[in-house]
Amino acid sequence: MNIIDLFRETIRSLSGNKARSGLTILGIVIGIASVITMVAIGQGAKSSIESNIEAIGSNLIIVMPGSQRVGGISQGAGSSQTLTVEDADAIKSQVSNIKAVAPEISKRYQITGKGTNTNTEVVGTIADYLTARNVKMNIGSFFTDQQIKSSSKVAIMGPTARDDLFGADINPVGQSIRIKGVDFKVVGVTELKGGSGFNNPDDYVYVPLTAAQHYLAGNDYLSDISVAAADQSSMTSVQQQITDLLLQRHKISDPAQADFSILNQNDIIATAASVTSTFTMLLASIAGISLLVGGIGIMNMMLTNVTERTREIGLRKAVGIKKIYINLQFLAEAVVLTFLGGAIGVVMGWIASLAVTKFAGQNTQISTSSILLAFGVSALVGIVFGFYPARRAAKLNPIVALRYE
Amino acid sequence: MIECKNLKKVYINGDVETVALKGLTFKIEKGEFVAIIGPSGSGKSTLMHILGALDTPSSGEYFLDGKEVSKLSEDELSDLRRDKIGFVFQAFNLLPRTTALQNVMLPLVYSGISMKERESRARETLQYTGLEESKFSNLSNQLSGGQMQRVAIARALINNPSIILADEPTGNLDTKTSHVVMETFQELNSKGHTIILITHEMEIAEFTNRIIAVRDGLIEKDQKIKGKKIAI
Repeated sequence: MNIIDLFRETIRSLSGNKARSGLTILGIVIGIASVITMVAIGQGAKSSIESNIEAIGSNLIIVMPGSQRVGGISQGAGSSQTLTVEDADAIKSQVSNIKAVAPEISKRYQITGKGTNTNTEVVGTIADYLTARNVKMNIGSFFTDQQIKSSSKVAIMGPTARDDLFGADINPVGQSIRIKGVDFKVVGVTELKGGSGFNNPDDYVYVPLTAAQHYLAGNDYLSDISVAAADQSSMTSVQQQITDLLLQRHKISDPAQADFSILNQNDIIATAASVTSTFTMLLASIAGISLLVGGIGIMNMMLTNVTERTREIGLRKAVGIKKIYINLQFLAEAVVLTFLGGAIGVVMGWIASLAVTKFAGQNTQISTSSILLAFGVSALVGIVFGFYPARRAAKLNPIVALRYE
Repeated sequence: MIECKNLKKVYINGDVETVALKGLTFKIEKGEFVAIIGPSGSGKSTLMHILGALDTPSSGEYFLDGKEVSKLSEDELSDLRRDKIGFVFQAFNLLPRTTALQNVMLPLVYSGISMKERESRARETLQYTGLEESKFSNLSNQLSGGQMQRVAIARALINNPSIILADEPTGNLDTKTSHVVMETFQELNSKGHTIILITHEMEIAEFTNRIIAVRDGLIEKDQKIKGKKIAI
């Protein structure tokens, strides 16, 4: 047995029919590349959803005013004015296992600065907000206690808001922006969180809570209170304590009549997890179907290939080549085709994923398991259907194989 | 050289038994040029398969160079075909998209002989069968019928076999090319090669030196003749 002879014969046979080999490889490449790309898009989408949720804050509990009823008609959650700074202070002093409590007043305003203007969310809050909502400063520092106490007309901008008003990568510190006819001096820019959509924290403009009360809202009622629990396990108990405390403070005996509502981040995560798992299922089925179609394609090519070559197999037998060499050669051909196709397919899938990220802006994440799965299935299919019919043909009487039409 | 004693071959297909050979006994000596002739269904193809070690008889004995062939295993038959038998098929059966040289080298493919040695042997054999040197690197489908047959003959000869078995070698050729091929066989025979030709055409059989006529699984006639010469 000579390995070099086997290798040389395999290469000679494959390069002898470039069209056939090329098409077989193409089938494998498409099968593998589509599975890898599909799964990469799915994984990427899943992880960007997860990181978007993470960006909201960690172990976050949001207390919102309840719905206002006007003549029995609900005006929707958050429409009433029931939460006060005192409520926030009470939560901070009386509820255990909490890391930060940040009262907020937020509303959308038209903001003017340096000749341009934008419409965005203006959030009046205190330093605890950074902890509660996972916000980090990029330029400058957050408001000092002094600034908050004295209702200073200072503002911190989210990077998107900064880009809109001053242009990308410009340091706006020292400039002033006008919100509702009042000039605020920019003192900092927050770090990019990578959020997107309507409630994008990167598009916020922050002002001291007191400034928002005095100059913008004109009253003391809060839009919501962000509470960060110390850890995930204490979230339920913190939520319960806040409910009890606020019911007592607002003198409400029936919890069903509560004039506030509490949103727990775990609930958001649970909802998102069910969404992403559905999404993952969807993509997995698409990938599975591509794999199946790819597999059938490979099977088809391999079967046609071997059937076409039954006469060749008969000839090889007739000139005295042993069955084992014929089997080995077809096995080697199948291995070379599937591995070559597989390798190109992995590279193509990788390039396609990068292209999706670059041109469609969709985050992708190539997973090793999808590469292994796609490669494994196509290699298995290719080798089984390349080898098995050849083995059968090699068993035929050479004369029968030679006469095969 | 070749000795067959009471060769029988029975094919069993379900409940149906078909007797292809009913007991053939004959000898072929080294250097003979024999035609086995018979109509289709006579058993001549079955006989050729057994002589070519592609199949084994149901009973009886077949000695090739003194070696009993009928009891050999499949792999031993493969080795025997490689070393002692050169086939020339009706449909040429050259590998498509493969050069004349590579076709001739096919039987040596797993022999472990160096590529250089294989190629020089293939060149030598192709020259011997009379293919022009300029055609050596042509792909098999770029050759004419006669040239393809020369390549096929060279492939049969490359291992210097004891016998050359030609199965209807002129079946696909026009009369003129058939005569050229038969002349090639006569030439090979005159150089000492033992050739067994299977055909159903009496006219082709007349180029050989001995005709074994097979009918209904039995030898009908076995006569030596003076081979016809080609008049070109």
